[in-house]
Amino acid sequence: MYRYDDFDRQLLAERTAQFRDQVARRISGELTEDQFKPLRLMNGVYLQLHAYMLRVAVPYGTMNGEQMRKLGYIARTYDKGYGHFTTRQNIQYNWPKLNEIPDALADLATVEMHAIQTSGNCIRNTTTDQYAGAAADEIEDPRPYCELIRQWSTFHPEFTYLPRKFKIAVTGSPNDRAAVRVHDIGLRMHKNDAGETGFEVIVGGGLGRTPFVGKTVRDFIGKNDLFSYLEAILRVYNRFGRRDNKYKARIKILVHEVGVDEIRRLVEEEWSKIRDGSLRVSDDEIAQYIAQFAPPAFEELQANDPEFERRKQAHPDFAAWVRSNVIAHKQPGYAIANISLKPIGGIPGDATADQMELVGDLADQYSFGDVRVTHEQNLVLPHVKKADLFALWAELNSALLATANLGFVTDIIACPGLDYCALATARSIPLSQRISERFGDLERQYDIGELKIKISGCINACGHHHVGHIGILGLDKRGKEFYQITLGGDASQDASIGKIAGAGFSEAEVVDAIEALITRYIDIRTVGERFIDTYRRVGMDPFKEVLYGDR
Amino acid sequence: MSLQVVTANRLDDGLAVFMTADDGWSTDLRDAVCAEDAPQAEALMARADTEKQQVTVVGPYLIDVAQEDGVLVPTKYREVLRTLGPSVRTDLGYQAG
Ligand code: HEM
Ligand code: SF4
Repeated sequence: MYRYDDFDRQLLAERTAQFRDQVARRISGELTEDQFKPLRLMNGVYLQLHAYMLRVAVPYGTMNGEQMRKLGYIARTYDKGYGHFTTRQNIQYNWPKLNEIPDALADLATVEMHAIQTSGNCIRNTTTDQYAGAAADEIEDPRPYCELIRQWSTFHPEFTYLPRKFKIAVTGSPNDRAAVRVHDIGLRMHKNDAGETGFEVIVGGGLGRTPFVGKTVRDFIGKNDLFSYLEAILRVYNRFGRRDNKYKARIKILVHEVGVDEIRRLVEEEWSKIRDGSLRVSDDEIAQYIAQFAPPAFEELQANDPEFERRKQAHPDFAAWVRSNVIAHKQPGYAIANISLKPIGGIPGDATADQMELVGDLADQYSFGDVRVTHEQNLVLPHVKKADLFALWAELNSALLATANLGFVTDIIACPGLDYCALATARSIPLSQRISERFGDLERQYDIGELKIKISGCINACGHHHVGHIGILGLDKRGKEFYQITLGGDASQDASIGKIAGAGFSEAEVVDAIEALITRYIDIRTVGERFIDTYRRVGMDPFKEVLYGDR
Repeated sequence: MSLQVVTANRLDDGLAVFMTADDGWSTDLRDAVCAEDAPQAEALMARADTEKQQVTVVGPYLIDVAQEDGVLVPTKYREVLRTLGPSVRTDLGYQAG
């Protein structure tokens, strides 16, 4: 398993000490809020409606059991006993006291965790496939490249004051689970005609108030050239990105305004100057990074475990969970176990201190100490023996962590919304809870099939509503919450931005509207069609009709 | 003009607070000092937004409030939530008592 090096350790210690000093100077009045705000943001500290918020990075969503337990400890010690896992594969705490945050950061540093690059106009934490290193459909583990990106970008002197924040996502599998097409840069691993592994480079995707699916600037870049190529893109962005207007400062606007061909020309020109320079990464170096993420010591097992099959027969609840939450592993006899943080009627992405500590323990016991955070606000134990799945399920079940709804209608993404967020225009969580309750029955969910509902509490789109099969955006209409529905969004390899169905719905109407859409889908779907497939076949009109009739 | 009070978040713990008549801050909106017209509101803001106040609170701003059955309540739902806590966790925040 990968470890921070001494450089990181020292850097973290310095950063924490520095922040402790800055907090003390703010509290004594030596620093004004204007002076302090950029400093706290650099350390992941926001001010929300009710309190401060601390955002802690989980680099590319990978943690060990000890780190997970520490997140639980932080929740109990410095917060009110829970935390919120986000679409950025991070965790947010909602109630930390400013004068205690340096202690929390010091505690996190003991397990090599931190809040760096969770805020500000820098290259943010790189996100990736939550099944990295485990998925049966993966070409190669993407995390060594994520780690290289982390090292290249952390405190990169040229890139700490970019025109705006910058997000990179990487997938090592053709089935994109990291939404790479809606990031500033998306990297999709694939093989070229010569059989070499490299990346398609996608630029200018993004959500927020102006959503775009990214454009391919290069079909294939070899691994050795990846970093000089990324550097070239960042330089072009740094030079031409619009600093005059916050809303036009993301690279997606640049790509949209000047066109991908011109961006490609600029990037290639810049790259030709630096491609043979110090950023070229040798095969040996890459091999070192790959070694840091070497697979755990898997046992040689039969693909099928008779005891596992017998348990499924005997326990329908377990069988249901296996069917929806367990995914094929590349190693025979192993499986990937998803832990849903979407109990029926619960708060998407929230986990209690006890739950986090339990998951940390279960990771140690059943998954080689490896646990992941997904951008869909769930957790994953990536390497579980099939023979252990039943015992694991029983423990998860007793902690309300075994909801069998992965990818189904109640597996909803929701941002904190107006219940916590200072920027929100409406609440998102209560709506997700009501939808979850409406469709809570498992048989009904399985009948509906894969359906991704994503809810944001304002136009910033932290809840990814633009790429929900059904997206919901909460707005404020003359002091009342109301909800705009988009259809046809998709975050996968077939990425698309949803289209607005029409006028918004009141809080009272919106759940019925969602149900009407789903009922229409069931009426008109053909065999094997998911909601998104039906929508793509029939278009908006049949759905509009049930929402608005002749209106 | 609607009645207004000054709100902010407390510097040390970040909690929502409301300015009182003696230029202090209370976690209870009912203790807040009210402005009845624009000049009064401006004067309140001037008292809230000083260098000295910066050591106690962050980001003071005016909010609209109304008298309902003799108590002050915010007009905007966002501010109602700040006087209560998250609607999805009624066990937390001021509403938890
Ligand atoms: C609660 C405090 C938060 C604040 C103040 C905040 C602020 C913002 C802002 C201003 C944007 C728009 C950026 C732009 O378009 O340039 C944004 C986008 C985004 N945020 Fe948040 N956010 C918060 C919480 C979250 C949470 C909880 C998540 C995960 C659930 C999240 C994930 C994202 C994502 C995925 C985007 C869109 C992707 C992009 O285009 O950058 N944020 N956020
Ligand atoms: S989408 Fe808006 S309401 Fe939701 S977390 Fe982001 S900024 Fe807050």
